[in-house]
Amino acid sequence: MDTQVTNYAEPKYINPYLGGVLLGLLVLVTVYITGRGLGASGAIKSTVVATAEVITPEQAKENAYTSQFISDDQSPMYTWLIFESIGIFLGGLLSGVIFGRAKKFHVEHSPKITAKKRLIFALIGGALFGIGSQFGRGCTSGAALCGTATYALGGVIVMFAIFGAGYVFAYFFRKLWI
Amino acid sequence: MGPLITNGIISNGWDFVIAVVIGIAFGFILEASGFSSSRNIVGVFYGYNFVVLRVFFTAVVVAMVGLLYFDYFGWIELSKIFILPTYLTPMIFGGVVMGLGFIIGGFCPGTSFTAVAIGKLDAVFFAAGLYLGIAGFTLVYPYIGGFFNSGYIGNVTLTDVTGISAAWFAAGFTIVALAAFWGTMFIEKRVRKNIKEYKF
Repeated sequence: MDTQVTNYAEPKYINPYLGGVLLGLLVLVTVYITGRGLGASGAIKSTVVATAEVITPEQAKENAYTSQFISDDQSPMYTWLIFESIGIFLGGLLSGVIFGRAKKFHVEHSPKITAKKRLIFALIGGALFGIGSQFGRGCTSGAALCGTATYALGGVIVMFAIFGAGYVFAYFFRKLWI
Repeated sequence: MGPLITNGIISNGWDFVIAVVIGIAFGFILEASGFSSSRNIVGVFYGYNFVVLRVFFTAVVVAMVGLLYFDYFGWIELSKIFILPTYLTPMIFGGVVMGLGFIIGGFCPGTSFTAVAIGKLDAVFFAAGLYLGIAGFTLVYPYIGGFFNSGYIGNVTLTDVTGISAAWFAAGFTIVALAAFWGTMFIEKRVRKNIKEYKF
């Protein structure tokens, strides 16, 4: 495992405003075709429900939360967001290969912290994000981006809450990054 | 007239093919914009890299204005698109917890998938965290279901709540976004002078 810090002298990223326009158009096309927006956390939720159904089928059917997403005809994995998330992975890989960023597994972290510390905090951060995304009815993609883009009150609330909280908490975790 | 699948113009059978194609475009844009790096992402909170703000707000404004045009030309029935439901306090709470997870973990779910794709082990841990967090959530759901379902207002838009037309919100977001793009340019320049840990 390569734990080297990966900094790119000249990151070959596309212009952020171009990225934004493309992303906005993609949201528009997605809503135009499917009537719904993009998403990401929903795919993890489906995975959780699917594993719960396999490991503890009784509890999964009794649990008031997971039972909503279980049906007798098909697997909980048979959802739009699972297929879309497979696409996210493939698209990320495609871009990474084209721009020369796809590598074997490595940890990216600030030189002030160890790779191990970064991994522990990544796990904790992910867990918090997962919990929050359930209460928020979506994450940055589904709620904040597509919710706001479709003028949904809930989307705007989640967007301001995520970024507002990020700025409030940033001070306390600055040693992780700068 | 859109939405195409909702209105039966494209059959449901294509749904998952379209999902993969849209996902590929989404993942590509995220990665190409630099969102496969947690250090790029959190830069927005420390002032050394505002790429998140630029991409995110440009996208929101383009989609908001675009939807108005699609409606104006009669290409889409806005009454048929999905409006995220609003659960006031739970969503504020959820957003705050996500903000905390964001600054600790450095990714959000979608960006972590693209980072996993290019071999970031920290993103693998973040995604594993997502799984564990949601699994934990489902286990304690019986005890927190009351709060989770509280504050329900319905699938309401800003217009439903305020009575102000969507065009004003689009204009407002556009102006705020442009002001933020302009202002953060100077902040970024200043902050970058004092940071040596991160190469640009």
